[in-house]
Amino acid sequence: MMAQQNRHLVALALIAAGALSAGCSTAPVVEGEEAKPTVFSADRVLQPGVTYSADIYDPWQGFNRRVYYFNAVVDKHFLLPASNAYKTVTPAPVRRSVTNFFDNFLNLNTLLNSVLQLSPKKTAATTGRLVVNSTLGVLGLFDPATRMGIPQEQEDFGQTLGRWGVGPGPYLVLPLLGPSSLRDGLGAGVDWYVNNELRSRIFALEPWQEWTWTGIYVLNLRANLGFRYYETGTPFEYRMVRMLYTTKRRLDIER
Amino acid sequence: MALQPLIRKSIVVLALLWMAPAHAYDYPIADPFLATVVGTPAPLKAPLPEDVPFRQSSIRVLERKAPDIFWYDQELRYSYAAQPGPAPLVFLIAGTGAAHNGSKNLLAARAYYSRGYHVVLLSSPVTANFIVAASASGIPGDASADAADLYLAMQKIRDRLSDKLEITGYSLSGYSLGAFNAAYVSHLDAQKKVFNFDKVVMMNPPVRLYTSISLLDRMLDNIPGGADNFDRFYEQLVSAVGAAYKTSETVRFDEELLFKAFETLRPTNELLAALIGVVFRVSSANMVFTADVVTNFGFIKPTNVRVDRYTDTGVYAEVAMRLGFTDYFHAFFYPYQQSLEPGLTRGELIERMSLNTISDYLSTADNVFVIHNADDLILEPGEIQTLQQIFGNRATIFPRGGHMGNMESYDYIDTVLNIMNAPVP
Repeated sequence: MMAQQNRHLVALALIAAGALSAGCSTAPVVEGEEAKPTVFSADRVLQPGVTYSADIYDPWQGFNRRVYYFNAVVDKHFLLPASNAYKTVTPAPVRRSVTNFFDNFLNLNTLLNSVLQLSPKKTAATTGRLVVNSTLGVLGLFDPATRMGIPQEQEDFGQTLGRWGVGPGPYLVLPLLGPSSLRDGLGAGVDWYVNNELRSRIFALEPWQEWTWTGIYVLNLRANLGFRYYETGTPFEYRMVRMLYTTKRRLDIER
Repeated sequence: MALQPLIRKSIVVLALLWMAPAHAYDYPIADPFLATVVGTPAPLKAPLPEDVPFRQSSIRVLERKAPDIFWYDQELRYSYAAQPGPAPLVFLIAGTGAAHNGSKNLLAARAYYSRGYHVVLLSSPVTANFIVAASASGIPGDASADAADLYLAMQKIRDRLSDKLEITGYSLSGYSLGAFNAAYVSHLDAQKKVFNFDKVVMMNPPVRLYTSISLLDRMLDNIPGGADNFDRFYEQLVSAVGAAYKTSETVRFDEELLFKAFETLRPTNELLAALIGVVFRVSSANMVFTADVVTNFGFIKPTNVRVDRYTDTGVYAEVAMRLGFTDYFHAFFYPYQQSLEPGLTRGELIERMSLNTISDYLSTADNVFVIHNADDLILEPGEIQTLQQIFGNRATIFPRGGHMGNMESYDYIDTVLNIMNAPVP
């Protein structure tokens, strides 16, 4: 049930992206005449026709910038306070185990994607981690695999598509989930669906248990992220995050 | 395993430090560029507490409403750490473009906190947040005006915290541009007498601001293929940043992340210089665009263009990254100052942005101390001697360390804390 809802959410976001991008402009608004000529105008400083490395394909920027802002507001008023409360009430070892548990469970996705990428190295490492941490690590609550020196890989369906030559497509900021691309957004939908299917087959949870699972998953995710919206110190944060995200994904896929 | 020799080496180093209180200065990196980028090797780092209870807060300083694109910068962000009981308080001012909670400010704060001080950490007056929230003019660079802005913010924060903290006295410190700011704040306080600082510790300040910004701008000449290749160089750098980002918990675009990225490349001296130049260029781009929007001067954004929180500012980012501090000085800061003060010449303004301007005060202020490195990249030849002349035996000059490279070392931190421990003159 959750899986279906989430799938719908992603589909909805994509449709909204297409529909809204036409409607929201990001162009600077020009009002009246210039009081005096701009000292270093773009015409004077930048060479015409040159594309810059930070210019990532972003035809839905109007929609993206609005979602970026929406995400920042939701983060400030809901996610951050909730994750701070979570950090206050749960002791560090408990949080550690929660992180371990979700990491271990998500390794099922990493395993599937490693297989789909035909990578023996990642498949072997991830299988090793799953076996060790699900048994010795008590269903993933502990992480003896790291102490044994088995590396943690992170492979999702977006990377798998990238591995087989699918380009990222337009940059896309997903509601609540943040920076993505058309390819990675679709990939995230597939991963989420697969993960939910696996969960219901392995654990057979009641709906309220599934909601609790998702709730704790989100708290854990936010508690482990150092990022704070609008505190990077640059007025060009949207652009910087877009560049870092795109570069990071490129490196992830090349790895 | 490979760890053992390292541990043994650390123990030997620690033992040496323990046995020889008057040991020779042992910061090992002789190349100032490398020192600036790499910092202090782990075995030579001063032991400092990791569990300082830093808290973050923000405060409204100015009545002025923030421009829509800076809607999140209406209040000045700062951090502090409170001692459990009554204690003196140290204000710390961050260096060029650095936020209150940047790594170097936190490092200094941990040192002061470990000796029983409350600490309040402030962002550099050239950060976007400070310009929007606390700069009365909106155009930073004027030493006295920046000091007045800092002074007002410090008083507001003090008033806010006085409920929570029992404060028995005040001291002031800063590194790099923050140390320069501290000198002017101290000078202002000598007249206004609000805080009556017990100690003022300046860590690696510029002497003449224009000299330092020229040196920093020129570092970008080291980009392979010249400044026209800036974008390609920047892209290489960003790829390396991306790689470092994978292992980092934050996406704060500060020196730490950049330098970490550069460790993965094989840096020549030219590349190191170019990197340092880029770090400062990012700071200047942020500053220039912010000041331009707040004042609507028409420097890179046309005066008749309105930008809001959703506006694509990419073209201004590209322009800003191609301009330096010196462009800001000549085509924005100077004309702006001249409009307030007709007849002011460029030369006069350059000389005014200098510690020499307040050297009469600094040479007699027994509570103001300076720590510096003979090979610091932001000074030109002769400026270390200027500091020694002004400060006399209140100047400590290390032979090497580049710009802030030795800040984490035992020797450096020890010097800072000894100054704080000495009786108030």
